Amino acid sequence: MALIELKHVVGGYGGAPILNGVNMAIEKSDIGVIVGPNGAGKSTTLKAIFGLLRVTGGTIEFGGENVANSLPDRLVPRGLSFVPQEKNVFTSMSVEENLEMGAFTRKDDFSETMQWVYEMFPVLAEKRRQPAGELSGGQRQMVAMGRALMSQPKLLMLDEPSAGLSPRYVLEIFEQIVKVNAAGVGILMVEQNAKQALGFASKGFVLASGQNSFTGTGKELLDDPEVAKSFLGG
Amino acid sequence: MNEFIFFINNVVVSGLVLGSVYALGGIGITLVFGILRFAHFAHGDMMTMGAFVTFLLAAMLTATGIVLPIPLAIIVLPFAMLITAGLALGIDRGFYQPLRARGARPVTLLIGSIGVTLIIQGLIRLVFGTGTYSFFDEAPKVLYRVPVPLFDAQRTINFTQPQVLMVFATILVVVVLHLFLTRSKFGKAMRAMADNADLAQVSGINTKLVIRVTWIIAGSLACLAGTMLALDVTLKPDLAFNIVLPLFAAAIVGGLGQAYGAIAGGFLIGFAEVCAVFNWAILLRPFKDRFPEWFEIPNNLAIVPTEYKLTVAFVILVITLLVRPTGIFKGASS
Repeated sequence: MALIELKHVVGGYGGAPILNGVNMAIEKSDIGVIVGPNGAGKSTTLKAIFGLLRVTGGTIEFGGENVANSLPDRLVPRGLSFVPQEKNVFTSMSVEENLEMGAFTRKDDFSETMQWVYEMFPVLAEKRRQPAGELSGGQRQMVAMGRALMSQPKLLMLDEPSAGLSPRYVLEIFEQIVKVNAAGVGILMVEQNAKQALGFASKGFVLASGQNSFTGTGKELLDDPEVAKSFLGG
Repeated sequence: MNEFIFFINNVVVSGLVLGSVYALGGIGITLVFGILRFAHFAHGDMMTMGAFVTFLLAAMLTATGIVLPIPLAIIVLPFAMLITAGLALGIDRGFYQPLRARGARPVTLLIGSIGVTLIIQGLIRLVFGTGTYSFFDEAPKVLYRVPVPLFDAQRTINFTQPQVLMVFATILVVVVLHLFLTRSKFGKAMRAMADNADLAQVSGINTKLVIRVTWIIAGSLACLAGTMLALDVTLKPDLAFNIVLPLFAAAIVGGLGQAYGAIAGGFLIGFAEVCAVFNWAILLRPFKDRFPEWFEIPNNLAIVPTEYKLTVAFVILVITLLVRPTGIFKGASS
Protein backbone atom coordinates (compact mmCIF):
# COMPACT_ATOMS: atom_id res chain seq x y z
CA MET A 1 0.00 0.00 0.00
CA ALA A 2 1.27 3.42 -0.88
CA LEU A 3 2.34 5.79 1.90
CA ILE A 4 0.17 8.50 0.43
CA GLU A 5 -2.22 8.31 -2.47
CA LEU A 6 -4.06 11.18 -4.10
CA LYS A 7 -7.05 10.13 -6.17
CA HIS A 8 -8.54 12.70 -8.48
CA VAL A 9 -8.09 15.57 -6.02
CA VAL A 10 -10.08 18.72 -6.82
CA GLY A 11 -9.65 21.87 -4.76
CA GLY A 12 -8.97 25.59 -4.52
CA TYR A 13 -9.38 28.69 -2.42
CA GLY A 14 -13.11 29.03 -3.08
CA GLY A 15 -14.10 30.14 -6.57
CA ALA A 16 -12.83 28.16 -9.54
CA PRO A 17 -10.82 25.09 -8.50
CA ILE A 18 -7.06 25.19 -9.08
CA LEU A 19 -6.64 21.43 -8.89
CA ASN A 20 -8.80 19.55 -11.39
CA GLY A 21 -8.04 15.96 -10.59
CA VAL A 22 -4.54 15.26 -9.38
CA ASN A 23 -3.41 11.65 -9.01
CA MET A 24 -0.28 10.64 -7.19
CA ALA A 25 1.09 7.77 -5.18
CA ILE A 26 4.26 7.82 -3.11
CA GLU A 27 5.91 4.89 -1.35
CA LYS A 28 8.08 5.14 1.71
CA SER A 29 11.17 4.61 -0.44
CA ASP A 30 10.18 7.22 -3.03
CA ILE A 31 11.44 10.66 -3.83
CA GLY A 32 8.58 12.20 -5.78
CA VAL A 33 9.18 15.40 -7.71
CA ILE A 34 6.39 17.58 -9.06
CA VAL A 35 7.35 19.75 -12.02
CA GLY A 36 5.38 21.86 -14.42
CA PRO A 37 4.80 25.38 -15.67
CA ASN A 38 3.87 28.28 -13.40
CA GLY A 39 0.32 28.15 -12.15
CA ALA A 40 -0.01 24.44 -12.83
CA GLY A 41 -0.96 23.77 -9.22
CA LYS A 42 2.33 22.30 -8.00
CA SER A 43 2.55 24.11 -4.66
CA THR A 44 -1.23 24.01 -4.42
CA THR A 45 -1.09 20.21 -4.46
CA LEU A 46 1.21 20.17 -1.44
CA LYS A 47 -0.99 22.69 0.38
CA ALA A 48 -4.09 20.64 -0.41
CA ILE A 49 -2.47 17.57 1.16
CA PHE A 50 -1.59 19.62 4.22
CA GLY A 51 -5.11 20.95 4.71
CA LEU A 52 -4.17 24.54 3.88
CA LEU A 53 -6.79 24.85 1.18
CA ARG A 54 -10.19 23.31 0.62
CA VAL A 55 -10.37 19.92 -1.08
CA THR A 56 -13.78 19.63 -2.73
CA GLY A 57 -13.37 16.33 -4.53
CA GLY A 58 -11.32 13.14 -4.58
CA THR A 59 -9.48 11.52 -1.71
CA ILE A 60 -6.09 11.86 -0.06
CA GLU A 61 -5.23 8.57 1.59
CA PHE A 62 -2.47 8.66 4.16
CA GLY A 63 -1.84 5.81 6.57
CA GLY A 64 -4.96 4.04 5.29
CA GLU A 65 -7.31 6.95 5.98
CA ASN A 66 -8.76 9.78 3.96
CA VAL A 67 -7.12 12.86 5.45
CA ALA A 68 -8.50 15.42 2.99
CA ASN A 69 -9.25 18.72 4.79
CA SER A 70 -7.53 17.64 8.02
CA LEU A 71 -5.62 20.47 9.65
CA PRO A 72 -1.84 20.38 10.29
CA ASP A 73 -2.19 19.93 14.06
CA ARG A 74 -3.78 16.54 13.26
CA LEU A 75 -1.57 15.68 10.30
CA VAL A 76 1.81 16.38 11.90
CA PRO A 77 1.40 13.80 14.70
CA ARG A 78 0.38 11.25 12.05
CA GLY A 79 3.68 11.66 10.25
CA LEU A 80 3.25 14.40 7.68
CA SER A 81 5.60 17.39 7.53
CA PHE A 82 5.76 20.39 5.24
CA VAL A 83 8.48 22.91 4.43
CA PRO A 84 6.89 25.99 2.84
CA GLN A 85 8.80 27.83 0.14
CA GLU A 86 8.97 31.22 1.83
CA LYS A 87 9.00 32.45 5.41
CA ASN A 88 9.83 28.95 6.55
CA VAL A 89 11.76 29.79 9.72
CA PHE A 90 10.84 31.68 12.91
CA THR A 91 13.27 34.55 12.35
CA SER A 92 13.20 35.95 15.90
CA MET A 93 13.81 32.57 17.53
CA SER A 94 17.07 30.70 17.87
CA VAL A 95 17.93 27.77 15.62
CA GLU A 96 17.34 25.38 18.49
CA GLU A 97 13.96 26.91 19.32
CA ASN A 98 12.98 26.54 15.66
CA LEU A 99 13.75 22.83 15.90
CA GLU A 100 11.82 22.55 19.17
CA MET A 101 8.77 24.05 17.48
CA GLY A 102 8.99 21.29 14.88
CA ALA A 103 8.67 18.80 17.74
CA PHE A 104 5.70 20.65 19.27
CA THR A 105 3.26 17.78 18.74
CA ARG A 106 5.63 15.22 20.28
CA LYS A 107 5.19 14.26 23.89
CA ASP A 108 8.30 12.07 24.11
CA ASP A 109 11.95 13.04 24.42
CA PHE A 110 13.11 14.49 21.10
CA SER A 111 16.79 15.09 21.92
CA GLU A 112 17.90 12.16 19.73
CA THR A 113 16.06 13.53 16.73
CA MET A 114 17.66 16.91 17.35
CA GLN A 115 21.08 15.24 17.47
CA TRP A 116 20.29 13.55 14.17
CA VAL A 117 19.37 16.91 12.59
CA TYR A 118 22.55 18.51 13.93
CA GLU A 119 24.62 15.64 12.51
CA MET A 120 22.97 16.14 9.16
CA PHE A 121 23.56 19.91 9.22
CA PRO A 122 26.63 20.48 11.42
CA VAL A 123 26.53 24.21 10.72
CA LEU A 124 23.22 24.41 12.62
CA ALA A 125 24.79 22.88 15.71
CA GLU A 126 27.36 25.66 15.65
CA LYS A 127 24.67 28.33 15.35
CA ARG A 128 22.08 26.73 17.63
CA ARG A 129 21.82 29.84 19.83
CA GLN A 130 21.65 32.35 16.98
CA PRO A 131 18.34 33.80 15.80
CA ALA A 132 17.37 32.02 12.59
CA GLY A 133 16.77 35.40 10.94
CA GLU A 134 20.51 36.11 11.03
CA LEU A 135 21.42 33.04 8.97
CA SER A 136 22.09 32.92 5.22
CA GLY A 137 19.44 31.71 2.80
CA GLY A 138 20.96 28.25 2.54
CA GLN A 139 21.31 27.85 6.29
CA ARG A 140 17.72 28.97 6.76
CA GLN A 141 16.62 26.26 4.37
CA MET A 142 18.48 23.77 6.56
CA VAL A 143 16.69 25.11 9.65
CA ALA A 144 13.38 24.79 7.83
CA MET A 145 14.13 21.19 6.83
CA GLY A 146 15.41 20.40 10.31
CA ARG A 147 12.25 21.83 11.85
CA ALA A 148 10.09 19.65 9.61
CA LEU A 149 12.12 16.54 10.46
CA MET A 150 11.77 17.04 14.22
CA SER A 151 8.28 15.54 14.21
CA GLN A 152 9.75 12.29 12.80
CA PRO A 153 7.61 12.38 9.68
CA LYS A 154 6.85 9.42 7.44
CA LEU A 155 6.43 11.80 4.52
CA LEU A 156 8.32 15.07 4.12
CA MET A 157 6.92 17.59 1.66
CA LEU A 158 9.09 20.42 0.40
CA ASP A 159 7.97 23.38 -1.67
CA GLU A 160 10.85 24.44 -3.94
CA PRO A 161 13.63 23.78 -1.44
CA SER A 162 16.27 25.14 -3.85
CA ALA A 163 14.52 28.44 -4.68
CA GLY A 164 16.88 31.39 -4.41
CA LEU A 165 19.87 29.34 -3.25
CA SER A 166 23.39 29.44 -4.65
CA PRO A 167 24.40 26.32 -6.68
CA ARG A 168 26.58 25.09 -3.83
CA TYR A 169 23.66 25.06 -1.40
CA VAL A 170 21.28 23.60 -3.98
CA LEU A 171 23.58 20.62 -4.26
CA GLU A 172 23.90 20.28 -0.48
CA ILE A 173 20.15 20.47 0.11
CA PHE A 174 19.50 17.87 -2.60
CA GLU A 175 22.14 15.60 -1.06
CA GLN A 176 20.48 15.88 2.33
CA ILE A 177 17.06 15.14 0.83
CA VAL A 178 18.46 11.92 -0.64
CA LYS A 179 19.99 11.09 2.75
CA VAL A 180 16.72 11.71 4.60
CA ASN A 181 14.97 9.45 2.10
CA ALA A 182 17.57 6.75 2.69
CA ALA A 183 16.77 7.00 6.41
CA GLY A 184 13.23 5.86 5.61
CA VAL A 185 11.30 9.07 5.03
CA GLY A 186 9.22 9.41 1.87
CA ILE A 187 9.76 12.66 -0.02
CA LEU A 188 7.36 14.69 -2.13
CA MET A 189 8.71 17.95 -3.47
CA VAL A 190 7.99 20.70 -5.93
CA GLU A 191 11.06 21.81 -7.83
CA GLN A 192 11.96 24.46 -10.39
CA ASN A 193 15.39 22.92 -10.97
CA ALA A 194 13.47 20.19 -12.77
CA LYS A 195 16.33 18.55 -14.64
CA GLN A 196 18.51 18.29 -11.57
CA ALA A 197 15.71 17.06 -9.33
CA LEU A 198 14.37 14.48 -11.77
CA GLY A 199 17.93 13.13 -11.88
CA PHE A 200 17.53 11.67 -8.40
CA ALA A 201 13.73 11.31 -8.28
CA SER A 202 12.22 7.85 -8.25
CA LYS A 203 8.90 9.32 -9.36
CA GLY A 204 8.15 12.39 -11.41
CA PHE A 205 4.84 14.10 -11.93
CA VAL A 206 4.30 16.76 -14.56
CA LEU A 207 1.30 18.94 -13.79
CA ALA A 208 -0.44 21.28 -16.18
CA SER A 209 -3.59 23.29 -15.38
CA GLY A 210 -4.16 21.38 -12.20
CA GLN A 211 -3.99 17.92 -13.78
CA ASN A 212 -1.37 15.26 -14.31
CA SER A 213 -0.07 15.40 -17.83
CA PHE A 214 2.82 12.95 -17.45
CA THR A 215 3.76 10.51 -14.72
CA GLY A 216 6.75 8.24 -14.65
CA THR A 217 10.11 7.61 -13.07
CA GLY A 218 12.46 10.57 -13.02
CA LYS A 219 14.51 9.06 -15.79
CA GLU A 220 11.48 8.37 -17.99
CA LEU A 221 10.42 12.00 -17.77
CA LEU A 222 13.91 13.24 -18.51
CA ASP A 223 14.13 10.99 -21.56
CA ASP A 224 10.65 11.80 -22.84
CA PRO A 225 11.14 14.21 -25.75
CA GLU A 226 7.74 15.82 -25.30
CA VAL A 227 8.25 16.53 -21.59
CA ALA A 228 11.73 17.81 -22.32
CA LYS A 229 10.44 20.11 -25.01
CA SER A 230 7.49 21.57 -23.16
CA PHE A 231 8.64 21.69 -19.55
CA LEU A 232 12.34 21.28 -19.23
CA GLY A 233 13.44 23.91 -21.71
CA GLY A 234 14.61 21.56 -24.53
CA MET B 1 18.17 68.04 50.30
CA ASN B 2 14.48 68.47 50.97
CA GLU B 3 14.04 69.45 47.38
CA PHE B 4 15.77 66.29 46.24
CA ILE B 5 13.47 64.16 48.38
CA PHE B 6 10.54 66.01 46.87
CA PHE B 7 11.95 65.01 43.50
CA ILE B 8 12.20 61.34 44.55
CA ASN B 9 8.61 61.34 45.80
CA ASN B 10 7.19 63.05 42.76
CA VAL B 11 9.29 61.58 40.01
CA VAL B 12 10.93 58.32 41.06
CA VAL B 13 8.07 56.86 43.11
CA SER B 14 5.32 58.18 40.84
CA GLY B 15 7.23 57.12 37.74
CA LEU B 16 7.70 53.58 39.03
CA VAL B 17 4.01 53.28 39.84
CA LEU B 18 2.78 54.76 36.58
CA GLY B 19 5.38 52.77 34.64
CA SER B 20 4.20 49.54 36.30
CA VAL B 21 0.60 50.17 35.28
CA TYR B 22 1.59 51.03 31.71
CA ALA B 23 3.92 48.04 31.50
CA LEU B 24 1.31 45.53 32.71
CA GLY B 25 -1.39 46.97 30.44
CA GLY B 26 1.02 47.27 27.53
CA ILE B 27 2.05 43.60 27.79
CA GLY B 28 -1.57 42.56 27.23
CA ILE B 29 -1.97 44.84 24.22
CA THR B 30 1.29 43.72 22.68
CA LEU B 31 0.60 39.99 23.23
CA VAL B 32 -2.87 40.24 21.70
CA PHE B 33 -1.43 42.16 18.76
CA GLY B 34 1.38 39.65 18.33
CA ILE B 35 -0.92 36.64 18.24
CA LEU B 36 -4.14 38.02 16.75
CA ARG B 37 -2.71 40.92 14.70
CA PHE B 38 -5.20 43.53 15.79
CA ALA B 39 -5.12 46.53 18.12
CA HIS B 40 -7.28 45.55 21.07
CA PHE B 41 -8.88 48.87 21.85
CA ALA B 42 -10.97 47.43 24.68
CA HIS B 43 -7.91 46.54 26.72
CA GLY B 44 -8.25 49.57 28.98
CA ASP B 45 -11.80 48.59 29.78
CA MET B 46 -10.72 45.03 30.42
CA MET B 47 -8.48 46.58 33.09
CA THR B 48 -11.39 48.55 34.54
CA MET B 49 -13.52 45.42 34.46
CA GLY B 50 -10.81 43.52 36.33
CA ALA B 51 -10.62 46.27 38.95
CA PHE B 52 -14.39 46.08 39.50
CA VAL B 53 -14.21 42.29 39.80
CA THR B 54 -11.56 42.73 42.50
CA PHE B 55 -13.71 45.40 44.16
CA LEU B 56 -16.73 43.11 44.26
CA LEU B 57 -14.76 40.22 45.73
CA ALA B 58 -13.10 42.51 48.27
CA ALA B 59 -16.49 43.92 49.26
CA MET B 60 -17.82 40.40 49.74
CA LEU B 61 -14.84 39.59 51.96
CA THR B 62 -15.27 42.80 53.92
CA ALA B 63 -18.91 41.88 54.52
CA THR B 64 -17.73 38.79 56.39
CA GLY B 65 -15.96 41.08 58.81
CA ILE B 66 -12.39 39.99 58.14
CA VAL B 67 -9.77 42.62 58.84
CA LEU B 68 -6.19 42.13 57.72
CA PRO B 69 -3.09 44.33 57.80
CA ILE B 70 -2.98 44.48 54.00
CA PRO B 71 -5.82 45.62 51.73
CA LEU B 72 -8.31 42.83 51.11
CA ALA B 73 -8.06 43.62 47.41
CA ILE B 74 -4.61 42.03 47.44
CA ILE B 75 -5.97 38.84 49.01
CA VAL B 76 -8.74 38.41 46.45
CA LEU B 77 -6.57 39.53 43.53
CA PRO B 78 -5.57 36.02 42.36
CA PHE B 79 -9.23 35.01 42.18
CA ALA B 80 -10.18 38.25 40.47
CA MET B 81 -7.43 37.60 37.91
CA LEU B 82 -8.84 34.14 37.23
CA ILE B 83 -12.36 35.52 36.82
CA THR B 84 -11.18 38.31 34.52
CA ALA B 85 -9.21 35.79 32.46
CA GLY B 86 -12.45 33.83 32.11
CA LEU B 87 -14.33 36.97 31.09
CA ALA B 88 -11.62 37.75 28.52
CA LEU B 89 -12.05 34.25 27.08
CA GLY B 90 -15.80 34.81 27.00
CA ILE B 91 -15.40 38.13 25.18
CA ASP B 92 -13.15 36.45 22.60
CA ARG B 93 -15.68 33.63 22.15
CA GLY B 94 -18.60 36.00 21.85
CA PHE B 95 -17.18 38.78 19.72
CA TYR B 96 -13.75 38.22 18.20
CA GLN B 97 -13.82 34.53 17.36
CA PRO B 98 -16.93 34.77 15.14
CA LEU B 99 -15.25 37.65 13.29
CA ARG B 100 -12.04 35.65 12.82
CA ALA B 101 -14.01 32.63 11.64
CA ARG B 102 -15.45 34.81 8.88
CA GLY B 103 -11.96 35.92 7.89
CA ALA B 104 -12.38 39.50 9.16
CA ARG B 105 -9.47 41.86 8.57
CA PRO B 106 -7.62 43.39 11.55
CA VAL B 107 -9.38 46.73 11.10
CA THR B 108 -12.75 45.00 11.47
CA LEU B 109 -11.58 43.43 14.73
CA LEU B 110 -10.34 46.83 15.89
CA ILE B 111 -13.76 48.36 15.28
CA GLY B 112 -15.30 45.35 17.00
CA SER B 113 -13.12 45.99 20.03
CA ILE B 114 -14.37 49.59 20.18
CA GLY B 115 -17.82 48.06 20.41
CA VAL B 116 -16.62 45.84 23.25
CA THR B 117 -15.28 48.98 24.97
CA LEU B 118 -18.75 50.53 24.87
CA ILE B 119 -20.38 47.32 26.10
CA ILE B 120 -18.02 46.94 29.06
CA GLN B 121 -18.30 50.59 30.06
CA GLY B 122 -22.07 50.50 29.67
CA LEU B 123 -22.42 47.37 31.77
CA ILE B 124 -20.19 48.76 34.50
CA ARG B 125 -22.23 51.98 34.64
CA LEU B 126 -25.43 49.95 34.64
CA VAL B 127 -24.34 47.97 37.68
CA PHE B 128 -22.17 50.41 39.62
CA GLY B 129 -23.40 53.79 38.42
CA THR B 130 -21.10 56.58 37.36
CA GLY B 131 -19.63 57.38 40.76
CA THR B 132 -16.20 56.64 42.12
CA TYR B 133 -15.36 53.96 44.63
CA SER B 134 -12.48 53.54 47.01
CA PHE B 135 -10.89 50.35 48.22
CA PHE B 136 -10.05 52.18 51.42
CA ASP B 137 -13.42 53.05 52.94
CA GLU B 138 -12.86 50.64 55.81
CA ALA B 139 -9.21 51.23 56.54
CA PRO B 140 -7.03 54.04 55.20
CA LYS B 141 -4.03 53.35 52.99
CA VAL B 142 -0.93 52.52 54.95
CA LEU B 143 1.68 55.17 54.30
CA TYR B 144 5.37 54.43 54.67
CA ARG B 145 7.64 57.34 55.54
CA VAL B 146 11.32 56.66 55.14
CA PRO B 147 13.47 59.28 56.84
CA VAL B 148 16.66 60.22 55.06
CA PRO B 149 19.46 60.59 57.61
CA LEU B 150 21.53 62.79 55.36
CA PHE B 151 22.42 66.44 55.67
CA ASP B 152 19.53 68.37 57.15
CA ALA B 153 16.67 66.63 55.45
CA GLN B 154 13.31 67.08 57.16
CA ARG B 155 11.13 65.59 54.47
CA THR B 156 10.67 61.84 54.23
CA ILE B 157 10.44 59.60 51.20
CA ASN B 158 6.79 58.61 51.06
CA PHE B 159 5.02 55.76 49.42
CA THR B 160 1.82 53.88 50.12
CA GLN B 161 1.47 50.19 50.75
CA PRO B 162 -0.39 49.55 47.47
CA GLN B 163 2.42 51.28 45.60
CA VAL B 164 5.03 48.96 47.09
CA LEU B 165 2.89 45.90 46.38
CA MET B 166 2.31 47.14 42.85
CA VAL B 167 5.97 47.49 42.03
CA PHE B 168 6.76 44.06 43.49
CA ALA B 169 3.86 42.47 41.66
CA THR B 170 5.12 43.97 38.41
CA ILE B 171 8.61 42.59 38.97
CA LEU B 172 7.14 39.18 39.78
CA VAL B 173 4.97 39.21 36.66
CA VAL B 174 7.87 40.23 34.45
CA VAL B 175 10.06 37.41 35.81
CA VAL B 176 7.32 34.79 35.50
CA LEU B 177 6.39 35.97 32.02
CA HIS B 178 10.04 35.87 30.97
CA LEU B 179 10.43 32.29 32.22
CA PHE B 180 7.18 31.30 30.55
CA LEU B 181 8.13 32.77 27.17
CA THR B 182 11.70 31.46 27.10
CA ARG B 183 11.48 28.15 28.95
CA SER B 184 8.06 26.60 28.52
CA LYS B 185 6.88 24.84 25.40
CA PHE B 186 3.72 26.92 25.30
CA GLY B 187 5.50 30.20 25.81
CA LYS B 188 7.79 29.37 22.93
CA ALA B 189 4.79 28.41 20.82
CA MET B 190 3.29 31.84 21.59
CA ARG B 191 6.47 33.53 20.41
CA ALA B 192 6.49 31.30 17.34
CA MET B 193 2.94 32.28 16.49
CA ALA B 194 3.69 35.97 16.99
CA ASP B 195 6.71 35.55 14.73
CA ASN B 196 5.03 33.62 11.92
CA ALA B 197 1.46 32.39 12.39
CA ASP B 198 1.35 30.38 9.16
CA LEU B 199 4.52 28.48 9.99
CA ALA B 200 3.29 27.88 13.54
CA GLN B 201 0.21 26.24 12.07
CA VAL B 202 2.31 24.21 9.63
CA SER B 203 4.46 23.00 12.56
CA GLY B 204 1.34 21.49 14.09
CA ILE B 205 1.03 24.07 16.87
CA ASN B 206 -2.54 24.21 18.11
CA THR B 207 -3.11 27.86 17.25
CA LYS B 208 -6.57 27.98 18.83
CA LEU B 209 -5.12 26.91 22.14
CA VAL B 210 -2.36 29.54 21.84
CA ILE B 211 -5.04 32.18 21.28
CA ARG B 212 -6.84 31.02 24.42
CA VAL B 213 -3.65 31.14 26.48
CA THR B 214 -3.02 34.65 25.15
CA TRP B 215 -6.42 35.84 26.38
CA ILE B 216 -5.87 34.20 29.76
CA ILE B 217 -2.57 36.08 30.18
CA ALA B 218 -3.93 39.35 28.79
CA GLY B 219 -7.07 39.16 30.93
CA SER B 220 -5.33 38.31 34.19
CA LEU B 221 -2.66 40.99 33.68
CA ALA B 222 -5.39 43.50 32.81
CA CYS B 223 -7.07 42.69 36.12
CA LEU B 224 -3.79 43.13 37.97
CA ALA B 225 -3.01 46.45 36.26
CA GLY B 226 -6.55 47.78 36.68
CA THR B 227 -6.68 46.87 40.35
CA MET B 228 -3.33 48.51 40.99
CA LEU B 229 -4.42 51.65 39.23
CA ALA B 230 -7.65 51.68 41.23
CA LEU B 231 -5.72 51.13 44.48
CA ASP B 232 -3.43 54.03 43.64
CA VAL B 233 -6.17 56.46 42.61
CA THR B 234 -9.87 55.63 42.79
CA LEU B 235 -12.13 53.17 41.06
CA LYS B 236 -14.46 54.58 38.41
CA PRO B 237 -16.08 53.33 35.19
CA ASP B 238 -13.64 55.16 32.92
CA LEU B 239 -10.62 54.34 35.07
CA ALA B 240 -8.40 52.79 32.42
CA PHE B 241 -10.23 54.03 29.34
CA ASN B 242 -8.47 57.33 30.00
CA ILE B 243 -5.05 55.73 29.74
CA VAL B 244 -5.66 53.48 26.77
CA LEU B 245 -3.68 55.84 24.53
CA PRO B 246 -0.49 55.83 26.64
CA LEU B 247 -0.91 52.05 26.90
CA PHE B 248 -0.85 51.75 23.13
CA ALA B 249 2.04 54.17 22.99
CA ALA B 250 3.93 51.92 25.43
CA ALA B 251 3.27 48.84 23.30
CA ILE B 252 4.19 50.60 20.04
CA VAL B 253 7.28 52.34 21.41
CA GLY B 254 8.52 49.01 22.74
CA GLY B 255 7.87 47.23 19.46
CA LEU B 256 4.47 45.67 18.81
CA GLY B 257 4.36 41.98 19.68
CA GLN B 258 7.40 42.21 21.97
CA ALA B 259 6.53 41.60 25.62
CA TYR B 260 9.85 43.03 26.83
CA GLY B 261 9.31 46.02 24.60
CA ALA B 262 6.00 46.80 26.29
CA ILE B 263 7.69 46.68 29.70
CA ALA B 264 10.45 49.03 28.57
CA GLY B 265 7.97 51.25 26.73
CA GLY B 266 5.67 51.33 29.76
CA PHE B 267 8.38 52.53 32.12
CA LEU B 268 9.79 54.93 29.53
CA ILE B 269 6.43 56.60 29.05
CA GLY B 270 5.58 56.47 32.75
CA PHE B 271 8.81 58.24 33.71
CA ALA B 272 8.60 60.65 30.79
CA GLU B 273 5.13 61.73 31.87
CA VAL B 274 6.08 62.42 35.48
CA CYS B 275 9.32 64.13 34.40
CA ALA B 276 7.44 66.33 31.98
CA VAL B 277 4.99 67.63 34.56
CA PHE B 278 7.56 67.95 37.36
CA ASN B 279 8.45 71.49 38.32
CA TRP B 280 12.21 71.47 37.80
CA ALA B 281 12.54 74.91 39.36
CA ILE B 282 12.28 73.18 42.74
CA LEU B 283 15.56 71.39 42.13
CA LEU B 284 17.27 74.64 41.13
CA ARG B 285 16.22 76.65 44.16
CA PRO B 286 18.92 75.36 46.53
CA PHE B 287 21.52 76.64 44.09
CA LYS B 288 20.00 80.10 43.93
CA ASP B 289 23.20 81.73 45.16
CA ARG B 290 25.35 80.27 42.44
CA PHE B 291 23.39 81.85 39.60
CA PRO B 292 24.28 85.34 38.44
CA GLU B 293 22.18 88.02 40.04
CA TRP B 294 20.25 88.98 36.95
CA PHE B 295 19.00 85.39 36.65
CA GLU B 296 15.84 84.66 38.49
CA ILE B 297 14.59 81.10 38.73
CA PRO B 298 11.08 81.01 37.28
CA ASN B 299 8.35 79.76 39.54
CA ASN B 300 7.37 76.96 37.29
CA LEU B 301 9.79 75.06 35.10
CA ALA B 302 7.57 72.11 34.22
CA ILE B 303 7.93 71.04 30.60
CA VAL B 304 4.18 70.74 30.15
CA PRO B 305 1.28 71.62 32.44
CA THR B 306 -0.34 68.61 34.14
CA GLU B 307 -3.45 68.85 31.96
CA TYR B 308 -1.31 68.12 28.91
CA LYS B 309 0.34 65.03 30.38
CA LEU B 310 -1.24 62.87 27.69
CA THR B 311 0.73 64.65 24.96
CA VAL B 312 4.00 63.31 26.39
CA ALA B 313 3.18 59.76 25.28
CA PHE B 314 2.55 61.03 21.77
CA VAL B 315 5.73 63.03 21.54
CA ILE B 316 7.71 59.95 22.57
CA LEU B 317 5.71 57.84 20.14
CA VAL B 318 6.41 60.19 17.25
CA ILE B 319 10.12 60.43 18.05
CA THR B 320 10.45 56.65 18.37
CA LEU B 321 8.63 56.02 15.13
CA LEU B 322 10.86 58.53 13.34
CA VAL B 323 14.10 57.09 14.71
CA ARG B 324 13.21 53.41 15.02
CA PRO B 325 9.98 52.71 13.15
CA THR B 326 9.57 49.19 14.54
CA GLY B 327 10.06 50.22 18.16
CA ILE B 328 12.84 49.69 20.67
CA PHE B 329 12.69 45.89 20.48
CA LYS B 330 12.06 45.60 16.73
CA GLY B 331 8.41 44.62 16.68
CA ALA B 332 6.04 44.06 13.81
CA SER B 333 5.85 46.83 11.25
CA SER B 334 2.27 46.20 10.22
